[in-house]
Amino acid sequence: MSTVVTQQVDEVKSTPWSGGRSPFNVEYGKMMMWFFLLSDAFTFSSLLISYGALRFSAPTWPTPSLVFQSVPGTSIESGAPLVFVGLMTLILILSSVTMVLAVEAGHRNAKKEVIWWMVGTIIGGLMFLSCQALEWNHLFHEGFWWSRIPDAKTLQEFFKEGVPLSQQQMSSHQFANLFFTITGFHGFHVFSGVVINIIITINVLIGTYAKRGSYLMIEKVGLYWHFVDLVWVFVFTFFYLV
Amino acid sequence: MSSDTTTIHHDDAAHGDHEGMTKKRILNVFWILLGITAIEFFVALVIAPKHQGALWINPIYIVLTLVKAFYIIAYFMHLKFEKMGLILAIVIPVLFIIGLILVLTNESHYWIDLRHALSL
Repeated sequence: MSTVVTQQVDEVKSTPWSGGRSPFNVEYGKMMMWFFLLSDAFTFSSLLISYGALRFSAPTWPTPSLVFQSVPGTSIESGAPLVFVGLMTLILILSSVTMVLAVEAGHRNAKKEVIWWMVGTIIGGLMFLSCQALEWNHLFHEGFWWSRIPDAKTLQEFFKEGVPLSQQQMSSHQFANLFFTITGFHGFHVFSGVVINIIITINVLIGTYAKRGSYLMIEKVGLYWHFVDLVWVFVFTFFYLV
Repeated sequence: MSSDTTTIHHDDAAHGDHEGMTKKRILNVFWILLGITAIEFFVALVIAPKHQGALWINPIYIVLTLVKAFYIIAYFMHLKFEKMGLILAIVIPVLFIIGLILVLTNESHYWIDLRHALSL
């Protein structure tokens, strides 16, 4: 009789949710990274949904293919909508691929490969940040900044004919504030991602993870880096396409 | 350095990874993401200018964006290969975002009506 009871208790103890181990079967730090990213997803969606609400409620809005039609850093000033942002998107997707290749190399404990893929990811991140700096610089010189918009003549280039100036000015203010806040917040994430990637790469170089016997840390920063790419996918759609 | 210590390693957390990403699969996902982005560009540069103001253009972008998001989360972030408990813990809270979208979309329609009424 008593043995049966003990057996039942043991059986209860062995289920995933009975304590004593992670029910999700992931390491603590990785799970916390997921939960952090979830909270960050809420932050970004609040920003993007506010943008959507303000844009829906505005009678007019600067046309994306007219605002973003130059390639900053070259002599192309107009007639090339989406080219520059397409380049930025490509860079970020590629750096996501190198990151996931670093994670894959980490599973095989291949230190050299991890280092090279991480270096590639860092270069991709820096290239993206440079592109964003060029883009911000370009918009700044057109007259856009937080709560600052270009003069009436420049402004008309971004709207269809016949939109009243007061409406142009109102929605351009909203556009400028939202654009710099949201791409700025995303760019700040890219920046901190690059810094974290550099720290982790130094740790790989000095052999911290080889000693530890696991390259799980690469997976954790990889999650963060892919999240940054994920946010860009949404920013790209809602600022440049829609 | 110490390859013998690393090969013995059988951590519980790393255990679920053996069916994860191979190089071939990573490249496949990359081509899918690139292809979807190319389709978005095609829609934006070729199809959209021919149909100014058409209401079905934006839903195309949004669906394609969500497909891209799925591939990034499922494969690059490896969520597809995690335990069902973790998948639900991450995905279900995200559904609350839909609530905020519905509330603020509704609200913004009210704002624009108000704006028309006050002729601002």
